[in-house]
Amino acid sequence: MAEVQGQGYIAQALGIADVLAVSYFDGLNYRAHDPEWEGRDRFLLSIGHYAIALYAALIEAGIIPEDEIETYGSDDSRLPMSGMASYTPGMEITGGSLGQGLSIAVGMCLGLKRKQSGSFVYNLLSDGELDEGSTWEAAMSAASFGLDNLIAIVDVNNMQADGPSKGILNFEPLHEKFAAFGWHVQRVDGNVIADLVTAFRAARACGQRKPRVIICDTKMGKGVDFLEARERNHFLRVEPEEWSRALEAINAGRAS
Amino acid sequence: MMRDKYSRPHVAAQGVRLKTSAMIASIAGDDQPTRMAPFGTALVELAKSRPDVVGLSADLAKYTDLHVFAQAHPDRFYQMGMAEQLLMGAAAGLAREGFLPFATTYAVFASRRAYDFICMAIAEENLNVKIACALPGLTTGYGPSHQATEDLAIFRGLPNLTIIDPCDALEIEQAVPAVAEHQGPVYMRLLRGKVPLVLDKYDYRFEIGKAKLLRDGSDVLFISSGLMTMRALEAAAELERSGTRAAVLHVGTIKPLDTETILNEAMRGGRAVVVAENHTVVGGLGEAVARHLVLNGFSGRFHHIGLPDAFLDAGALPTLHDRYGISSQRMAETIRNWL
Repeated sequence: MAEVQGQGYIAQALGIADVLAVSYFDGLNYRAHDPEWEGRDRFLLSIGHYAIALYAALIEAGIIPEDEIETYGSDDSRLPMSGMASYTPGMEITGGSLGQGLSIAVGMCLGLKRKQSGSFVYNLLSDGELDEGSTWEAAMSAASFGLDNLIAIVDVNNMQADGPSKGILNFEPLHEKFAAFGWHVQRVDGNVIADLVTAFRAARACGQRKPRVIICDTKMGKGVDFLEARERNHFLRVEPEEWSRALEAINAGRAS
Repeated sequence: MMRDKYSRPHVAAQGVRLKTSAMIASIAGDDQPTRMAPFGTALVELAKSRPDVVGLSADLAKYTDLHVFAQAHPDRFYQMGMAEQLLMGAAAGLAREGFLPFATTYAVFASRRAYDFICMAIAEENLNVKIACALPGLTTGYGPSHQATEDLAIFRGLPNLTIIDPCDALEIEQAVPAVAEHQGPVYMRLLRGKVPLVLDKYDYRFEIGKAKLLRDGSDVLFISSGLMTMRALEAAAELERSGTRAAVLHVGTIKPLDTETILNEAMRGGRAVVVAENHTVVGGLGEAVARHLVLNGFSGRFHHIGLPDAFLDAGALPTLHDRYGISSQRMAETIRNWL
């Protein structure tokens, strides 16, 4: 997708790919042919610019046809740069105005409980979104309402638009913070599939009347050494000759 | 306005009771018929036939009349705390799950603090959320923190959003089921507590998007919304005593604007047109009407009564309505001087 544009939120996408793979191939209940099936688990992407990664997951899950991949970010594409609900099957909300997803998730969880549904709402948010006050309004209310059907996934890749997240506003200690807000908290290496699978299953099964959060420490540019090494990698430009090197690196990582 | 906080005001003698901003629970006149909490009462009535209706408050249920609904349907009421962004986000989430949320707070907090959530989580996705807000325009003496003098200007720019500015208790009661029936987001200005009853004398029927002529007159045409329609009717009666015949066209829906009726009335009979609104003169009904009239060849006399482009004073509401020219007496004076 990004190769067509030559640039994009590539490092975030590589960093979150493992989390999305576990979400769509172990965590979530859904029907690929019926993205609005009432019994599905809802996956809310509040970080709109991570859409590039979610599109890949939706393609792998069979919700979007693979041949649309080349249209990413182009005129009239169903795959805009920043994810929007009205454009893409499987995209539950319009993200991009960061810090809105968790509040919407709270409302959906309340609605699902009213319907006595057993579905879960997942909200993938970034460490940057922890700067937004609304995230904490939602965190406080989710615990207050005992929303045990809510699973927040925080991608801690420690990179925001202006630089490393912890240097923008220090959000640590994050485990303790969510625990103090009344959440069931797990923190895992977000690039270790086995640990993610365990954490996702534990989040569903924890049995406490609490919202659950899985804090995932991820590596920007994961799997492509020269992208991992770039210092400012919030929005990456990748040169034409670098794409084949990047693919080789990913495939080598897969084989090993 | 430049205010000097170090200049001591006149202090009344002991025992003299001053007018205070606390004496503002109702905009009703002393001998005016009123109804209590029309919004809350109408919502309870609606909820009987609509099991999808839920109510949300950001710690202001008692002050938006939503407490009436909360008492009748505690299981359908959500207390979101003093968190307006969450209020709007959660309302969007409930609408996504098929419910019909009425999200309530003060107009200042909805329009200023929660705007981005209303814009992106609700309006951009055309979700069925009804936002009902107390203290629109100048309906409290608490000063700019509570006076939503620019709420219409803020919300008029928002695509998909329907905007209602009801005049009285009757219109609020009729608007609640109407906005529930309407598919899409709605912003409704609320009058709360003891709300004047005015439109029952005019055989009024609220319809979304329809302006209604309440009285006819050959000299002046008031085009007004919200409580200013009540004031326009009073001013028209006052003007009649000095021989000026004024018509009153009530515009209960600010957006979409009933441009057809407004143009027809403005073009009929060469009357002087006066838009009256409980809102800053910037970006509200007056500018919307003026734009439409100019685009369609209106070249008659036009006047605009609204609040100044300023942060308004704190004080007692009757004092402030006089000071800023939106009391019926001041309106009548303004029109007499202008004509």
